[in-house]
Amino acid sequence: MMADHNISNNNIVLEVKNLYKRFGDNRVLNGFNLKLYQGENLVVMGKSGSGKSVMIKCLVGLMEADSGSISVMHHDITKLNQQALDVLRADIGFLFQGSALYDSMTVRENLEFPLRRHSRKNKAKLDTETQVVAALESVGLAHAIDLMPAELSGGMKRRVALARTLILQPKIILYDEPTSGLDPITAKEIIILMQDVQKKYKTSSLIITHDVDCARVISDRILLLIDGVDYAVGTYKALSTSEDPKIKAFFKQ
Amino acid sequence: MYLSNGLIKGMLGLYNIKVQLNAFLKEIGELTYFTVRFFREVFKRPFEFKELLRQCYNMGNRSLFLVGITGFIIGLVLTLQTRPTLLEFGAVSWMPSMVGISIVREIGPIITALVCAGRIGSGIGAELGSMRVTEQIEAMEVSGTNPFKYLVVTRVLAVTLMLPLLVIVGDAIALLGSYLVENVKGNVSFMLYLNQVFNALEFGDIIPATIKTFFFGLAIGLVGCFKGYYCKNGTAGVGIAANSAVVFSSLLLFIIDFIAVFVTDIFYDL
Repeated sequence: MMADHNISNNNIVLEVKNLYKRFGDNRVLNGFNLKLYQGENLVVMGKSGSGKSVMIKCLVGLMEADSGSISVMHHDITKLNQQALDVLRADIGFLFQGSALYDSMTVRENLEFPLRRHSRKNKAKLDTETQVVAALESVGLAHAIDLMPAELSGGMKRRVALARTLILQPKIILYDEPTSGLDPITAKEIIILMQDVQKKYKTSSLIITHDVDCARVISDRILLLIDGVDYAVGTYKALSTSEDPKIKAFFKQ
Repeated sequence: MYLSNGLIKGMLGLYNIKVQLNAFLKEIGELTYFTVRFFREVFKRPFEFKELLRQCYNMGNRSLFLVGITGFIIGLVLTLQTRPTLLEFGAVSWMPSMVGISIVREIGPIITALVCAGRIGSGIGAELGSMRVTEQIEAMEVSGTNPFKYLVVTRVLAVTLMLPLLVIVGDAIALLGSYLVENVKGNVSFMLYLNQVFNALEFGDIIPATIKTFFFGLAIGLVGCFKGYYCKNGTAGVGIAANSAVVFSSLLLFIIDFIAVFVTDIFYDL
C-alpha cells in the first residue's frame, strides 16, 4: 500500500481539473477532477457509459476535452504540441480494454514497436532483444515471443499488452478495464501481475474498472465517477461502508 | 392546410435527396482534407521505408496472380470477340494493332485498376477498419508513433507505386492471351504479332496511359485508407468500410479515366 506521506501536492504525478467533455447533447464529463500521487494505485469506478474510458483517453491526448486542464508530471498536455506530447507519452503506459495488440505483428514485433519511436530514451540501455525478453519474462510469457496475437488466449493477450506497456518503463500506467472479459481465475492472475509490476517498476497506476474485487485488492484509493463528476474519493473501506445510496449501489453486489 | 399524399411523398423525396447530397458533399470534403494531410505528411520524417517495402510486396506480389489471370482472359476474349467483325471487313491483319492500342491505352489500365480496387482497396479498408475498432490505431498513437504516417502514407504510396507495374504486367499478359488466339486461328508468329503491336503504338499511347495509372493507384489507396481510418460502429463498420472503399474508388477510377482521356485528347489536338 502507498505510504501516507506520499499524499502531498509535491508528489502529484497526474492532475485533472474541471474536465468537461460532451458529445452533442450528452454531457459525459461535467467538471471532473482527479489527483494521482507518486506510487499510488487509484481505481476509478463508474457505471457503464459513465465516461470512464473517455476520461482516460483525454489523459493521453487520444481525445480532446472541451475544457479543463490535464497535468501529467507537471506538463499540461492540453497545451503541448504533438512532438512534446509524443515524448511525454513514453512515460505513460496505457493498457487498452481489448489489449489492442497489432494483429499483423508477432509478440516480439509488438514489443519492439514502441522502442523504435523512443530509441533516444533507451539509447544507453540494453539492446532491444534483451528488453523484449525481460518485459515478457516479467509477465511470464517469454515462451510466446514468436507467436502471433491470434494464437494467444484472452489472458495471454492482456499479459503481452502489459509487457508492451512496460517496455518503455513508464512512470504512470493507465489501465482501461484490465480484467473485463476474463474468467475470474485469469482476472485474479492479472490483478496479481499488476501488483507485481507496481512493486518492481515503482509505477503510479490509474485503473478503470467496475470489478469490485479488483478495486478491493489493488486500490489505495477509489474514485467514483457519477454523473460526469468525481462524486466520492476514499479508501475501499471508507467507501464500502458509506451510507450514501449512490455509493452503496456500487458495493452492494 | 391540406396537403395531398403525392405532395407529401414528393417533399419527402426531395428532403431525402438533400440529406444524401449533403452527406456525399461532406464525405468529399473530408476525403479532400485527408488527401491534403497525406501530401503534407508524405515529405515529413520519419520515412517508414521498411513498412513501405512490406506494403509494396503485399500489394504488388499478392495481386500479381489475379491481375495476370484477368489480363490473360481479357486478351483472349477481346480477340475472340473482335476477330469475326474484322474478318468480315477483310481487316483481320489489323487485329494486333487494334488489340495492342485498346489494351495499352484503356482496357489494361482500367481493368487492372478495378481488380486492384477490389483486392487492395477493400483489403486496406478492412485492415485499417479492424485496427480502428480494436483500438490498435490508438495504441500506436499512445506509443508515440504517428499512425497516419505509418499506416496511411505507406499504404497509399505502395498502391501508387505498384499499380503502374501491375498494369504493365497485366498488359503484357493480355497481349499474350490475344497472341494465343491469333496463333491458333490465324497462324501468326509471335515476332510478327509483337512487331505489329509495337508498330501501332506510340509514346502518346504509352505515356498518358502510364501516368493515369499513378492517379488510379493514388485514388485506390486514399479511398481505402480514408474509409478504414475513420471506420465507426464496430465490426459492422469494418464491412461497410471495405465495401464502400471498393464502390467509391471504382467510381473515382472512371472519373479519373474520363479526365485523363479528355486531357490527352486536348494534347493530341495541339
